[in-house]
Amino acid sequence: MNTMPQGADYLRILPEIILSIFGMIIMLLDPLLEERRRAKTLGIVGLIGALIALGSTLCMARQPGPGFWNMIQVDAFSVFFHFLVTAVTAVVILASYEYMEVQQIRAGEYYGLILFGAVGMCLMSSAVELVLIFIALEISSISTYILAGFRRRAAISSESSVKYFLLGSFATAFFLYGVALMFGATGSTSIPVIGQKLLAGPLAYTSIALMFVGLGFKVAAAPFHVWTPDVYEGAPAPVVGFMSTAPKAGVFAVLLRIIFEAHAPGSAWLIWAAAALSMTIGNVAALVQTNVKRLLAYSSIAHAGYLLMAFAALPANGIPSAMFYTATYAAMNVGAFAVISHFAGAGERYVTLEDYAGLGRRSPVLAATLTIFLSSLIGIPMTGGFFAKFYVFSAALQNNLIWLVIIGVLNSAVGAYYYLRIIVAMYMREPREETAVAPIPLALGSALAITVIATLYLGIVPGRVLEYASRSVEFLR
Amino acid sequence: MNLAALHSWILTLVTFTPLAGALLLLLIPRRDRDIRVFALVISLLAFVMSLHLLVHFDGTKAGFNFEFDHAWIPTPNIHYHLGVDGVSMWLVVLTTFLTPLCVLISWKSISERVKEFFILLLVLETALIGVFVSLDLFLFYFFWEATLIPMALLIGMYGHGRKIYAAVKFFLYTMVASVFMLAAILWLYAKTGTFDFVVLQNAVHHGQIPGYAAASFWLFLGFFVAFAVKVPLFPFHTWLPDAHVEAPTAGSVLLAGVLLKMGTYGMLRFNLGLFPEQSRANAWWIMVLALIGIIYGALVALVQPNMKKLIAYSSISHLGFVVLGIFSFTSAGLNGATYVMLAHGISTGGLFMLAGILYERRHTYEISEFGGLATPMPVYASFFLFIVLASVGLPLLNGFIGEFLVLTGAFQARAVYGTLGATGVIWAAGYLLWMYQRVFFGKVTHEVNNSLPDLNLREKTALAPAAVMALVMGVAPLFWLSTIDPAVQSVLAPFAQMASRVVGR
Repeated sequence: MNTMPQGADYLRILPEIILSIFGMIIMLLDPLLEERRRAKTLGIVGLIGALIALGSTLCMARQPGPGFWNMIQVDAFSVFFHFLVTAVTAVVILASYEYMEVQQIRAGEYYGLILFGAVGMCLMSSAVELVLIFIALEISSISTYILAGFRRRAAISSESSVKYFLLGSFATAFFLYGVALMFGATGSTSIPVIGQKLLAGPLAYTSIALMFVGLGFKVAAAPFHVWTPDVYEGAPAPVVGFMSTAPKAGVFAVLLRIIFEAHAPGSAWLIWAAAALSMTIGNVAALVQTNVKRLLAYSSIAHAGYLLMAFAALPANGIPSAMFYTATYAAMNVGAFAVISHFAGAGERYVTLEDYAGLGRRSPVLAATLTIFLSSLIGIPMTGGFFAKFYVFSAALQNNLIWLVIIGVLNSAVGAYYYLRIIVAMYMREPREETAVAPIPLALGSALAITVIATLYLGIVPGRVLEYASRSVEFLR
Repeated sequence: MNLAALHSWILTLVTFTPLAGALLLLLIPRRDRDIRVFALVISLLAFVMSLHLLVHFDGTKAGFNFEFDHAWIPTPNIHYHLGVDGVSMWLVVLTTFLTPLCVLISWKSISERVKEFFILLLVLETALIGVFVSLDLFLFYFFWEATLIPMALLIGMYGHGRKIYAAVKFFLYTMVASVFMLAAILWLYAKTGTFDFVVLQNAVHHGQIPGYAAASFWLFLGFFVAFAVKVPLFPFHTWLPDAHVEAPTAGSVLLAGVLLKMGTYGMLRFNLGLFPEQSRANAWWIMVLALIGIIYGALVALVQPNMKKLIAYSSISHLGFVVLGIFSFTSAGLNGATYVMLAHGISTGGLFMLAGILYERRHTYEISEFGGLATPMPVYASFFLFIVLASVGLPLLNGFIGEFLVLTGAFQARAVYGTLGATGVIWAAGYLLWMYQRVFFGKVTHEVNNSLPDLNLREKTALAPAAVMALVMGVAPLFWLSTIDPAVQSVLAPFAQMASRVVGR
């Protein structure tokens, strides 16, 4: 065996390398810059890093195949997720740009942590080795634990961070235990090898179940969802947009590999139950929320449930539909939280449904963009959310999961109600006080424009993205 | 552009002109007058383009006219497939005909957030036309759902009273019901790999869909529930009075005039087209529900103290006729049903406009607030009487033809259906004329009503087309029926085969 990595190996992790370098540059620049200009400069550096990483996915795509002694695998699948994660990172940085100033948060390592987190999330999608997956998961998780507590003056933010950290480390421990058992069952931690050797048996079942607990926690799937509303409520709004999409995309990528490439036995009913539970709990609990951040937290639980339906389908339909859903969910949720982060104002004061009353009059643009994101979350035609749900449901139907589809369909009808409440508040209710909404700054405006365009693009011409996602199917078998 | 190319593009043009107008409206500065004029121009443009359909429609052609089929999304296999037959073409024209009137009638009554109002109205128009021209089930569902948001916002933003309640109720009722249709559509796709209506219809005819026989009842029901809520068929009607009473006038006009027809059109096209045997097997209870709707709607209308609610319940009654005609599976019944759809669109649209005009002056719909209005508002009173008579079904006006045909069809199906249905005509005369008497005849009961201004030119312009059409449709029904009938015959073809199969056995 060659003991030195090949040159091509480095190209295969080029986005990760670039993100890490820029993350370190930010850490180094942080103490050197003047206090007053620090936040903006670091934001720009972070944005440049994310954009270069985004571009470097093209380089990476030219080097398909395994790298680093079969620890990672570059294929259409991992390229898709790299692109998604880096794009989300860039948009989140844009959305945070003015937010940091309004909230008077010392920027410093904020942008660095976002980039480091993105490294972990990217790595998750190309790793095909369970130990590497674990490391990637930890890189991503630790960054998000800290990011969740970034509104240091707010007690609720620290609470969010600590809660997330304690429960999250517990969950990763479960995952690690599952990995250990898997090694015991097959003598390998490499997913393709496991796929060949794994036999159904108590050991395999336990191992899969433990790994599922860990990953289920990360994607906020019921019954491992309890942390979500509290953490989302306390964390800074742009960070919520980030951690509800990018790490989830990474974890879903891992889950897809484990379930479809390792042919995990006994996962079908696990997925079935988790999907049905998440959808139902998420939607029902969201009905009674008055805090918009909490409402979207429950909504993200529900969406994790819809997404999990794809994992219960056959790979030929399940994988592309799951990938499409992840991308759409990222576009609409990051966008929604960008609106929320701007509207919340200093100290995140305006986050309840009542605060949103009359927003349609006070800031037509903000209200209209949020309406587009919410329509997409409901699944109204012309928006990506519609096709996302549609693909997932039809994938499940083709695997004859009729009851799961019925539960999903009923849930999406229930779900329409609480998203509608926000739209109703914005357009149909009179505000209690006519507080002015700050005009939309450039960086946030471009973040909104990107996410709106992405949401509509996925809703009107979803063919290209889905076709690209379908190409991944052949790699995962 | 040559004529053949225009023929294949004309439906796309008609459908998306309003949407393009709505997008342009976004760019126009907020000067209310400009916005109103622009919206009027766009809606008239769409109307003029839809007249192209009328002129070049070829009734002798088998299948659909002005077809356009283009692959839109490869997986799943979704096509941008448009086309109209005699039934859907008239519904498209009805939509484009009513929209300019809606713009006119909202000229003054909408004074806040004018831009948003007309954007929503035009987006709604695109979605409505899209519903009628789609021949791909997916595309159909797409437009079907797309009508929801603009309509709900129109009710919720510009309505009065319990507008939010009404808007949310409207949204949820339709949303929940159409989810069942989506499930049925997905099932069909999973088994056949296509959403194309024409292809699916052929597959059904030749029995090429695996598992169809076992599932067809549930599929039929999935479609039917979505349509029945929209119609609305008793007992799914409770959203309608709320939505109507609280909606702004233009919203009510489009809601009654066009949105409700989405349901009956869907039954005619999809329930009958894809599930002929199930339609026949389930016709008895559907007709019973339709009859209950006719009589119950009329009786409730009779006791309404609120003018708009009265008209809303009369819609339930009239739409009952449509359903009765459709599920009679007779040529007269289906022709009549289509005719009632069009006639009801015009006469009830007219009634809502009239009620809206009164509301602009007095800010109430309570019948008891009025009385003797014929004295201060003679022109208004004459328009009102004319439209009321059309709605009642006076011979030589448009309501008569359709109801007569429907009742003929119902008699052919089963005499008792026809007899019970016919009572609905009597009730209609009762509630509408009684309302007319209370509002217009006698002495002026409230002092304020003495000084009410009569119709101005704009209002006359908005009402005159509706009144003229009510008359023309009443005296020259063959102009409509000659294009409707071939479409109805092709819908009925499988039923004739079914009957002959039974006889042959």
